[in-house]
Amino acid sequence: MRIEGHGLIGPGTVDFSFDGKRLQGREGDTLASALLANDVRLVGRSFKYHRPRGILTAGPEEPNALVSVGQGAGLVPNVRATQQELFAGLAARSQNRWPSLERDVMSVNDLISPFLGAGFYYKTFMWPRAFWERLYEPIIRRAAGLGALSGQTNGEPYEKAFAFCDVLVIGSGPAGLMAALTAARAGADVILADEDARMGGRMLAEVEDVDGIPSHEWVGEVLAELAALPNVRLMARTTVTGAYDQGTFGALERVALHAAPGAVSGAAPRECFWRIVAKASVLAAGALERPIAFPNNDRPGIMMAGAVRAYLNRWGVAPGKEVTVFGNNDDAHRTARDLAAAGVKVVGLIDSRDGVTSGSDYPVFTGSTVIGTAGRLGLEHITIRHNGGIRRIRTDCLAMSGGWNPTVHLTCHMNGRPVWEPEILSFVPRPGSIPGMVVAGSANGVFATHGCLADGIRAATEALAVLGVSAPQVEVPEAEERPYAISALWAVEGKGRKWLDFQNDVHVKDIRLAAQENFASVEHMKRYTTQGMATDQGKSSNVAALAVLADATGRGIPETGTTTFRPPYVPVSIAAMGAGSQGKGFAPERFTTSHGASVALGAPMIEAGLWYRPSYFPKPGETTWREACDREVAMVRSAVGVCDVSTLGKIDIQGPDAAALLDFVYANTFSSLKVGKVRYGLMLREDGYVMDDGTTARLADTHYVMTTTTAAAGLVMRHLDFVSQVLRPDLDVQIVSVTESWAQFSVAGPKARELLNTILDTPTDDAAMPYMGCGPVMVSGVAGRLFRISFSGEMAYEVAVPADYGESLYRLLVAQAEVLGGGPYGMEALNVLRIEKGFITHAEIHGRTTAFDIGMDRMVSLKKDCIGQTMSRRPGLLDDNLEQLVGLRPVAAAGQLTAGAHLFEEKAEAVRVNDQGYVTSVCHSPTLGRMIGLGFLKDGRARHGETVRLVDHLRKIETLCEVCDPVFFDPEGGRLRG
Amino acid sequence: MARLIAKSPLAGLVPVEVGGLTLSEVETGPVTSVAPFKGKQTAVSKALKAAVGLGMPKVGRMDRKGEARALWVGRGRALVMGAALPDLEGAAQTDQTGANAVLRVEGPAVEAVLARLVPLDLRATAFPVGQTARTMVAHMMASVTRVGDAAFEVMVMRSMAQTLVHDIGGAAKAVAARDLV
Amino acid sequence: MRINCPHCGTRDRREFTWSGADVALNRPAPDAGEAAWDDYVHLRENPAGASRELWYHDPCGTFALVERDTVTHLVGDAVLAEKVAR
Repeated sequence: MRIEGHGLIGPGTVDFSFDGKRLQGREGDTLASALLANDVRLVGRSFKYHRPRGILTAGPEEPNALVSVGQGAGLVPNVRATQQELFAGLAARSQNRWPSLERDVMSVNDLISPFLGAGFYYKTFMWPRAFWERLYEPIIRRAAGLGALSGQTNGEPYEKAFAFCDVLVIGSGPAGLMAALTAARAGADVILADEDARMGGRMLAEVEDVDGIPSHEWVGEVLAELAALPNVRLMARTTVTGAYDQGTFGALERVALHAAPGAVSGAAPRECFWRIVAKASVLAAGALERPIAFPNNDRPGIMMAGAVRAYLNRWGVAPGKEVTVFGNNDDAHRTARDLAAAGVKVVGLIDSRDGVTSGSDYPVFTGSTVIGTAGRLGLEHITIRHNGGIRRIRTDCLAMSGGWNPTVHLTCHMNGRPVWEPEILSFVPRPGSIPGMVVAGSANGVFATHGCLADGIRAATEALAVLGVSAPQVEVPEAEERPYAISALWAVEGKGRKWLDFQNDVHVKDIRLAAQENFASVEHMKRYTTQGMATDQGKSSNVAALAVLADATGRGIPETGTTTFRPPYVPVSIAAMGAGSQGKGFAPERFTTSHGASVALGAPMIEAGLWYRPSYFPKPGETTWREACDREVAMVRSAVGVCDVSTLGKIDIQGPDAAALLDFVYANTFSSLKVGKVRYGLMLREDGYVMDDGTTARLADTHYVMTTTTAAAGLVMRHLDFVSQVLRPDLDVQIVSVTESWAQFSVAGPKARELLNTILDTPTDDAAMPYMGCGPVMVSGVAGRLFRISFSGEMAYEVAVPADYGESLYRLLVAQAEVLGGGPYGMEALNVLRIEKGFITHAEIHGRTTAFDIGMDRMVSLKKDCIGQTMSRRPGLLDDNLEQLVGLRPVAAAGQLTAGAHLFEEKAEAVRVNDQGYVTSVCHSPTLGRMIGLGFLKDGRARHGETVRLVDHLRKIETLCEVCDPVFFDPEGGRLRG
Repeated sequence: MARLIAKSPLAGLVPVEVGGLTLSEVETGPVTSVAPFKGKQTAVSKALKAAVGLGMPKVGRMDRKGEARALWVGRGRALVMGAALPDLEGAAQTDQTGANAVLRVEGPAVEAVLARLVPLDLRATAFPVGQTARTMVAHMMASVTRVGDAAFEVMVMRSMAQTLVHDIGGAAKAVAARDLV
Repeated sequence: MRINCPHCGTRDRREFTWSGADVALNRPAPDAGEAAWDDYVHLRENPAGASRELWYHDPCGTFALVERDTVTHLVGDAVLAEKVAR
């Protein structure tokens, strides 16, 4: 019920709906305040027993009022109605009920609840074991739950961002505002973050004066001062969710969740996940009120006393017509006082403490407790024990307060354990739990407004000291020093369940059962009962639950301790955390200079790491990739082919010790390489296994250029930095990646030279550029480089020009090649050409093979030290019984080979113990007219000519293969030398 | 004989206006990596100064003189742009022309947009004109340099030019859309 | 988590690649014997507390020796790996 003229909200009306029912709220309402203003009390069904539940709180700790907002893929479940700002057209739906909130079939669970206590599922659904996954779990999951995801891909934009500051102030209540003001006036770079759309914290919810004006007006003045300062950023709607190492914080900003989807740009992020790096921080997150566990304390209409006050004072809403208040502390009295002052009928204040006085007109029952409640879908009556008698009071709203718990969560995120403070019967943060963080105000156990204001100044002063800045003189504003006295009251005995965790349906008996069954440690109790799990993480229930556990085990509360608070403080959508990393944002795309030309030729592009490379170049009439691939292979073998090889890593190595560095990182020797020559190099890891291979050219005495495989380009670059900085800082050498500087194209085939001579300013010949030669050339007027190397077995060159000219040269090469009966070839043909020639790739040097395994152990020079040399000579790595690189060809011409298949002796059973090796690369060789493969076979080099059986268990393929030399084509290499 | 046609790394991708930002390509001219060998830093810096009027830049700096710019790009290494260099005794010189895409990002919201992508404090108080950082832009390694009150240059590998324009454009659209919430 | 680069200052952990314990700084001679090589290649301490690790700052290409406490998560000074006396 709205109380006109009361509260801080605007006069404008806002239409919205709940479960399809059209309702009207006000500007500034939350969904919760608007529902209460419309006298909607029943908002949800509980997780396990499907009990009717209403709004309990006015903040992020809300366990009950979880709704689904939005449609289709953009549907967001488990939205806290207490934090969802109202907007025109907001359509919220209740959850965990069928067919409707009022008539929920699964509420039958509540009737059989005596059988469903803590541990029920663990004990009952143990057997038969296989039934758990297939039967029990799906059924239980359907019956118990919160909101459901849409299951669709959400295309709505989310965002992430970075921010930096000197002092991060978390919370904008009295302590946070004074901390921000103090730090800001000292000139520090300040971020003030608050989860609420409107800053001010509890000062918006209380009727009190600060510096002689109403507290919310005082808040406005402070915010105006802060907003005007260039060194202050105010971040409303931003919940700091986690404290991480070295002053890093996570924070979730609700950017557009308060606006109707149609009313904002589609590009506006729904939420933004911030990484805030702060040199120091002030935690002024306030406190959360805790319920009292009395029988049937969960009916809609039973709310936190502080929340009732907030709805009244901030939103002008009375959650009931006849309100009762039940508490064990002074703060509960404020709720009764404010309600009465606003003209709401208070039918009773029940205080568990004796001898409490109140100068009020409403009935006050001291030394009394609530021992029962009634009302099926909402509170109608309460029963109290008073003066030894029982009294029934008609009430539609009970405001309860079991005291306040400082919001210590962030201080626990780096393993900090809070400390029990008997004065307030709660935990306060342990100082120093987060380096650079100072806790202030209610979060620190200081509950009076004046105390909070003063504590904010104190905390900022300490935070500034971390920065080495002295704080300015800031006066503590005048404010009331309201008392906060409390006496322990955790659970009230009586008939009926006494709920602790409303979200997980955990009640006092469950905790006692856990203790009885020896799940007595607080962490075990949590797992056994589910106390403190799910979206609210027990914000309102944890302390009372462990007080009950302490009582049940006979230990004190400090000895019982708390469970561990971990990030995030509130649920964070995965979409926000992963913002920007969907689709094309997942990883950079790397394009070669010839990309557009390849696409124009119709080539399907395939990913090679981050690169995109042409798979094959289909010609008219070709219907499969194989046809194109076979043609391209034949083209290279008979005429000439052109292929962009720019993706291979290229590393420029210069310096007096360039040769020494290469001798150290390569297994073979490069100091002996002559200028103008290229050599194949094998790189080992320190453990003796092969890391990478490639060719390295000596351009000048102290200047080499190394090529790496495409896959290992980044790895090798880092490796060379590691060698030159960590292992051999004595070497005078400079290493620069030139992968992107040069566009490099392979020109391969018998007509390679003929093609090249159409584009080189000065024609080349075998004498000028013999096999494995290199040197500078002029390419159609541009200074480039030419390397006589081959990955195809044909006479081949690689020609490089500065990247700006790459596309132009590629187009020219392709056009000239076509004149000669050649053309472009893609990755498929490249792979076939190299398998025919027995050249290895990372399919063979996959990290578990040595130089010995691939038959290159003689390349490991013993005349010098190099990485991997010592370990590669371990006897265990040189055993003939190890798997060695071999070629494989099917005995029958049509026989199929598959990569990944295993090799067995012809007659042996195809089981693990008989495994003889495996297949790494296969292709159909158009040159040989059958499939061929490379693989590793035990003692393979000595077994050429033997027949082995290839078995692919996955594809159900068995093929008899002849073991052969891995070089299938032109083993003498005559074609290479042209 | 045919002549080769040069195409710059960002050709066809920019200039564009997106989310209130102007994205354009920086014409770098010739680019040379200069990395002095051991004990040669001072000598190389002097030789460089004699050649183009700029010494080796300090860590995190980009210096300019006329068309020439010297950009710090990592330990002991600079990119000298906009001037062809003679042989500098005692340094590894490597031609890097066209190896990088250099994007100028300009507009009032440039700091806010880069704050979506770069894990660094780029506000003018922490990152004044002439400052450069080797850092990340989204998933890409990059040099980020402030060249004006509301202008930065972002340099990534040439092959990633398209992703750079995509990522900055996306962030700019989201930042601009916030003003309408 | 934030780590110091001797060149660039304190940076977000995403800019770094962890590169193992500082053992790498003391590579044995080829003839140091099996035990020394086994130790160098395979055996690592798993300290609870102060540790010395190599981190690579990818964007600037620098290997730094970083002091880090595996219990408190405090990250201490970083020095250039190439300048570390060995």
